[in-house]
Amino acid sequence: MSEPPIDRPRDVLAPDSAAAAEERERLELERSWRGRPGFWGWLTTTDHKRIGLRYIITAFVFFLLAGLNAALMRLQLARPESHIVGPDRYDQLFTTHGTAMMFLFAVPMVIALGLYFVPLMIGARNVAFPRLNAYGYYTYLIGGILLFVQLYLNSGPDTGWFAYVPLSGPQFSPGKRVDTWAQMVTFTEIAGLVGAVEIIVTVFKNRAPGMSLNRMPLFVWTELVTAFMILFSLPWVATGSTILLAGDRLVGTHFFNPAEGGDALLWQHVFWFFGHPEVYIVFLPALGIVSEVVQSFARREVFGYPAIVLSTIATGFLAFGLWVHHMFATTVPQLGASFFTAASAMITIPTGVQFFCWIATIWTGRPRFRVPFLFILGFFATFLIGGLSGVMIASVPFDIQVHDSFFIVAHLHYVLLGGMVFPMFAGFYYWFPKATGRMLDEGLGRLHFALWFIGVNLTFFPMHYLGLEGMPRRVYTYLAATGWGPLNLVASLGAATIAASVVAFLVNAARCWRGGRLAGADPWDGPSLEWLAASPPRPYNFQHIPVVQGRAALWERSPDRPVVTGLRTDMREVLVTTLLDAAPDSRHRHPEDTIVPFVAALATGVLFITLMFTPWAVVVGSVCLFVPLILWGWPDRREHTLELRESEERAA
Amino acid sequence: MILALLQETAARALTFPGAHSVLRPHGPQALRIHELWRFLWIVALVVWVLVVAALLWGAFRRHGPEDGGERSGGGPGMHRAVVGATALTVVVLVVFLVFDFSTGRALTMAPGGELHVQVTGHQWWWEVEYPHPEPYKRATTANEIHVPVGVPVVVELQAADVIHSFWAPSLTGKRDLIPRVRSSLWFQADTPGVYRGQCAEFCGYQHAKMGFQIIAEPRAQFEAWLARQRDSARTPADTLARRGRQVFLASSCPLCHTIAGTMAGGNVGPDLTHLASRRTLAAGTLPNTRGNLAGWIVDPQRIKPGVIMPANQLAPRDLQALLAYLETLE
Repeated sequence: MSEPPIDRPRDVLAPDSAAAAEERERLELERSWRGRPGFWGWLTTTDHKRIGLRYIITAFVFFLLAGLNAALMRLQLARPESHIVGPDRYDQLFTTHGTAMMFLFAVPMVIALGLYFVPLMIGARNVAFPRLNAYGYYTYLIGGILLFVQLYLNSGPDTGWFAYVPLSGPQFSPGKRVDTWAQMVTFTEIAGLVGAVEIIVTVFKNRAPGMSLNRMPLFVWTELVTAFMILFSLPWVATGSTILLAGDRLVGTHFFNPAEGGDALLWQHVFWFFGHPEVYIVFLPALGIVSEVVQSFARREVFGYPAIVLSTIATGFLAFGLWVHHMFATTVPQLGASFFTAASAMITIPTGVQFFCWIATIWTGRPRFRVPFLFILGFFATFLIGGLSGVMIASVPFDIQVHDSFFIVAHLHYVLLGGMVFPMFAGFYYWFPKATGRMLDEGLGRLHFALWFIGVNLTFFPMHYLGLEGMPRRVYTYLAATGWGPLNLVASLGAATIAASVVAFLVNAARCWRGGRLAGADPWDGPSLEWLAASPPRPYNFQHIPVVQGRAALWERSPDRPVVTGLRTDMREVLVTTLLDAAPDSRHRHPEDTIVPFVAALATGVLFITLMFTPWAVVVGSVCLFVPLILWGWPDRREHTLELRESEERAA
Repeated sequence: MILALLQETAARALTFPGAHSVLRPHGPQALRIHELWRFLWIVALVVWVLVVAALLWGAFRRHGPEDGGERSGGGPGMHRAVVGATALTVVVLVVFLVFDFSTGRALTMAPGGELHVQVTGHQWWWEVEYPHPEPYKRATTANEIHVPVGVPVVVELQAADVIHSFWAPSLTGKRDLIPRVRSSLWFQADTPGVYRGQCAEFCGYQHAKMGFQIIAEPRAQFEAWLARQRDSARTPADTLARRGRQVFLASSCPLCHTIAGTMAGGNVGPDLTHLASRRTLAAGTLPNTRGNLAGWIVDPQRIKPGVIMPANQLAPRDLQALLAYLETLE
């Protein structure tokens, strides 16, 4: 590896000045944390920001591709009995749309935002397990590519994103379409669990000193709760899809085959026990973004911090007690269903508390109406509609009318677009300057917001009415005599507006990535630690790990601005702190960049993709995985020498 | 374009056969649910307006010049407001739960003196059977359910292949048909008319074209209809139709379809014994006319791509004869 000139000016500076020492330290940090140059460096990096940004962009690309599916579907449904796509293609389009939006966009996006911003917000140098982080990303990428390649080869899954058996079983779905779905799920499960572990350990052990749990930024809290929810819910769908695939489809077991005594309802329970928490997995971090943006732009610490934290945790628990409300039209006994109605109504309370706290914050503050704040206002108006229709369908009698109708399509898009995508765009405008060093354009941003707000409501509000008029979801066409034509046309025009707004965003991002106004470290006068780092942050995030003195870390610093000293700068070293109080605990040697996670992800890819065809994949794939895993754990000789030298120094 | 939309709406008023809407209830259950819906949307609207008004007022209100540097706001007044709003939320939810549970109870009360109908969901049509203690008197039809007005009807549901869902929104909510799981629902039509329904659970390629009709008629008319449906098909007198009967029996049709009174006894597709008495073809997709029937027989894949019925290449003379025969099956 060649030494770039940046490492040399050390002797130019006066050797004894404090500034020189500072500069020497900075250069040393730069050298130990910088990755390898070029494409090799791109593949081997374990920097949470490079992986995180890649993750965010990948998830956004899947959002665009799945959005393209939606555009085609709206084109088909704009008029009754049109022939733009047939039922076969349409089924693949909506299945891939739902699957990609949930598994490849929404969940990965909130994890990716966490992987990028959580370490910055808690004053850490990187995530706790940087190599695992890279592995998770590549696994996710392979799963996503698999799904879309299969779709474009006309063998995409076609039984809906919840793949109900027996329709998705071997008898009614021969071929490899459903196997693609099941394996894609497995890939994203691995990536999701990896992300969850990263976030939990990073938050628990790598917070800057002084950032006790009750001083953590709310976004970090929501990411933490979400990570725990992932840990408890994703194994369900992994088990389900593995039983479905490796069992029923591949080796002929009969877990879900009614003809052999299997139970079709078992799948629904297993799936929704994951599927319902999934909604809150997506939604909670978005609420975290709302909290951050509200306090930055109202220029007030968020009102009712303890109430918001407790609401977040309560939501995390309650989310596991709602799954049966997806199954009210099956043969659930009435008394049982009543409990789920009550639980579904109850989860409104913590969300309501958060709403009231944000409104109180805005009341007491002086809001700046910049684009992130506009998206938050849009979030309030839009998500509230989804929340209210959510209470409606918690009612069994009302739900059995609108269940599986376009009313549900309207509801879930109001919840997910209102509750997740609005805050996500707010977060994009808020954090874009941090990640790129440049501001997004305000004018284009306003255009993006206006078109988005109009488009979303124009598309999805009429669907409530269509559902009440009897239009079931997942129909590739409808008869003219049903009278559903005019409102479907309106919805399709709305979809075109959404497309235009996304184009406005893409133009904005493309133009400002390199050419936007320079942001500086803290363009918004933000409260949390990420605004202390340079924009874009250096590979080590902070030259000095700050000591945190209050909840809004940057607003509540004493004039002397205390920092952590004593961390090594000549090699990657991070500070480990205690769980509750974030008191400094130990120093931890941090791994170097390596290609091993990428190779391990490829081997995992071989395993799961061959598993679509033969159970022998388990044997072949295990052998393939064995090599990178051994390399992963192989002791590092340099590390060993360093440790030896360190103990010698200590002895001396 | 607007003109076209208006025309379409007008055309719908003329041709659309009866009600298919949660908002136009015609039975006691749909009525109760409609009352609940009215309560729900009014409360939702009020809540939405209040919250958004509070938000916008808070965002746009004029602020005093003094609040510059202060970073933590919100005195005891704000605290009380947030607690009050939360308490109000709880109260509204409790009222909602009470209303919901009482509606739910009313809906599940089993009615007495009812008519039993068995409905089986197939990919992609509905088999409808009126049971009778004597097997030969069972009436089997497809995609339409005749019921007497003002009488509670219990529908016993089962699925032949995958999960379907039975939904006629003007009469009652839906119920899933799950293989190997027995389920049922009941409804009552209070006004004579045709109520449209459609499968609501995604069930494969032709989920979109799996409709049915519930025809509510006065008791006497219903009884007469049922008596006719219990009969076997008669051998036609007309020579063309007789030839059509031979065409039917000599082709692959009987492998899938039954015509009671003939050798045709297949049970893959709908029972055709009284085909000509039905209002629609292909599960509520086409009006039952000679032209549509011909089109369906010759190339069903054009009308419902993916449907199990294959295309039938018949000589024009055979087709005419077959149509003539099928039209006698009243």
